[in-house]
Amino acid sequence: MTQASSPPAVSIRNVAKSFGKGIYAFRVLDDVSLDIGRREFFTLLGPSGCGKTTLLRLIAGFETADSGAISIEGEDVTARPPFHRPVNTVFQSYALFPHLTVEQNVAFALEEQGMARDAIRKRVGEALEMMRMGSFAKRKPAELSGGQQQRVALARALAPRPRVLLLDEPLSALDLKLRKEMQIELKMLQEEAGITFLFVTHDQEEALTLSDRVAVMQSGRILQMGPPREIYETPTHRFVADFIGDINLLDGEALPGGGVRLEGGTVLSAPHNASGKVTVAIRPERARLAPAGEGALEATVVHSAYLGTAMLHKLDLPGGGTFLLRQSDPTEAAPEAGSRVGLALPAEALRVLDR
Amino acid sequence: MSAALRRFFLLSPALAVILFLIGVPLCLMAWVSLLDKGGTSGVDWSSAPSSANYVRLAWEEDFDGTMILNTSYLVIFLRSVSLAAVTTVLSLAFGLPVALWMASLSRTGRDIMLLLITIPFWTNLLVRNYAWLIILREDGWVSRFVNMISPWPVQLLYNDAAVAIGLTYSLLPFTILPLYTVFEKFDWRLLEAAHDLGATRKRALLRVVLPIATPGIVAGALLVFIPCLGAFVTPALLGGGKTLMLGNIIQMQFGASRNWPFGATLAVVLLAIMLVVMTAMALWRNRRTA
Repeated sequence: MTQASSPPAVSIRNVAKSFGKGIYAFRVLDDVSLDIGRREFFTLLGPSGCGKTTLLRLIAGFETADSGAISIEGEDVTARPPFHRPVNTVFQSYALFPHLTVEQNVAFALEEQGMARDAIRKRVGEALEMMRMGSFAKRKPAELSGGQQQRVALARALAPRPRVLLLDEPLSALDLKLRKEMQIELKMLQEEAGITFLFVTHDQEEALTLSDRVAVMQSGRILQMGPPREIYETPTHRFVADFIGDINLLDGEALPGGGVRLEGGTVLSAPHNASGKVTVAIRPERARLAPAGEGALEATVVHSAYLGTAMLHKLDLPGGGTFLLRQSDPTEAAPEAGSRVGLALPAEALRVLDR
Repeated sequence: MSAALRRFFLLSPALAVILFLIGVPLCLMAWVSLLDKGGTSGVDWSSAPSSANYVRLAWEEDFDGTMILNTSYLVIFLRSVSLAAVTTVLSLAFGLPVALWMASLSRTGRDIMLLLITIPFWTNLLVRNYAWLIILREDGWVSRFVNMISPWPVQLLYNDAAVAIGLTYSLLPFTILPLYTVFEKFDWRLLEAAHDLGATRKRALLRVVLPIATPGIVAGALLVFIPCLGAFVTPALLGGGKTLMLGNIIQMQFGASRNWPFGATLAVVLLAIMLVVMTAMALWRNRRTA
C-alpha cells in the first residue's frame, strides 16, 4: 500500500505522551512509531486505555506529544495547532454544532477557509448527497436520529477534503444493525473519496472487516501491525492472539529443537525457535475431532452448540482448562456430551508464543 | 370533580398570589396615576381621572397658560436608560470571562467561586454602597492613586461614572450566574470540533461559544438592565444627588413631594419601558431560533 516515491500520509516517530505530573504521571503512549500509506484504511485496535484515542488526538492536534514527531504527507505538524492541520475528525459523540442546521454544520470548515459562497453551496450539496442526507439540509442536529447525525458528522469532516480522516470510534453509539450497514458504507466511502482513513476502535471484528492494515495496541505500545489476515492467523503476541477472535491458549515449555511440553505432560510437535515458558495458540476452526486415543490430545465433550453454519464444541482437557473446537460442517456427526474424543492439532495451525 | 375544576383548585394558591399581590396592586397603581394629588394621604381619591400627570412628563404650563416643553424628566429617563445600558455592557464584559473561567474549574473550585460570588448578598446593599463611598472618596487610597498617575485632577465620586461602577458591582453576580449555568453545561468537545474544522480560538469563540451562550447572555443582560432602571440607593449615594435616575424621582414623589399620583405615573412609564425591552428581546430570540 505504501508508495515508496512519496512520503506516507501519516508518519509517527517515537511519540511518547504522559498524563499527570510527578509520581502521578501515567504513560499513555510509549515510544510509538508507525507509517500510514496514502489511501490506506488503517485501524488502531485495542482495549480501552491502550492509548489508541490519545494517538488519534495527537494527530488531530488536540494533545501535544511529550517527545517525538508527527508529519502528514511529509510536512512536520508536531507543533501546529489543530486548525492548521490538513486532517479532520469524526468524533465519537459526533460533536455537531447544536445551534446550526445540517447544512451550516457542513459549511463550517469551508467558511473558515474563506471559500466563495457559490462554491460552498455546491460542495455542501455534494457532501450531503454523498451521505444521502440532502433532504435533511435545513434540520437541526437535535431533530436527527443517531445514524443520521453520524452521516452529517462524516459529511462535515469530508467536505473540506482533508488529507487524512480521523475516526474516533464513530460507530460505537449505533445499534448493531445500523453499525453493520455503516461499516460497509464507510469502506465504500473510503474507496470512493480516495482519502486516507485512520480508524480507532475496540471492536476487533470491525477492525478486521474494514481495514487494509491494523495496529493492535496495549498499554501504550503497538504490539503487532499488519493486514487483518496476518494479525488473525499469525499473531506474534499472546495478547494479540487472545484479543482477536476466539483462540485456545495452551501453556507449556519449549523443548530445544522444536516441540512443546504442555503443563499436562503431553508433547506437541510445533515448529518454533523459542525457549522457556511458551503458549501454544490454535484457532477453534483449525483443530479437528479425532476418534478417542488418536490425535495429539485427549478431551471430554462438555457442550455442543449448533450455530447454523457450524458446530461449536466446548471440551474439557484432562489437565484442566477448556478447549473450543469449531466443526465447520454442521451436518457431520457430532460427539455426544460426556464422550471422550481425540484432538488433531495440525502443526502448521499451531503458533508458539512467548509468555 | 371534573379535571378542569381539579386543575383550578390545585392552581388556586398560585393564582391568588398573582392576582392579589401583583395584579391588584398594578391596577391600583395605574388608577392612582390618573388621579390628583391631595391631602395627607398623597392621593385625592374623589378627583376625576385625567391624563394630566402623563402630560406633565414632557410639558408644563407657562405663566400665560400655554404648554411648553419641559425636558427635565425626559433627560432623567434618557440618563437612566443609558446608565442601565452602560452597566449592562460592563457587567457582560466582566461577567463573561469570569463565568467561562469558573466553568473550567474543578468541582470544588466551582463551589468555592459560587460561594464567593454570593457572599456580598449577605451584606445589606446600603452598607455595600457606603463601602464604595469610602473607596472612591477624595482622600481614599484609590482616588489618591488615580490622581497620582493622572496628569489632571480626577473626581471619582458623585458623577455618572461612580453610579455605573456601583451598579455594575451590585449587579455583576446576576450576569455571572446565568452565564455560568450555560457554560457549565457547555460541551467542550464542540470547541475541539471547531478547531478541527479550521476555526482559530477567536473564530471558535465567535461562531460556537457565544451563539450557544446566547440564552445566558440575554438572561444576564435583562437581570442587570431592569434592576438598573429602577435603582435608587446607588444613584442617591454615589451620584451625590446630582445624578438622578428614575428610581430616585419615583422615591421622591412618594416621599418628600407627597405626590403619589405623579409617582405612580413615573412607575407606570418605567414598567412600560421594561415591557418594551423584554418584548424586543423575546422577539429577537424567537427570530433567531426559528
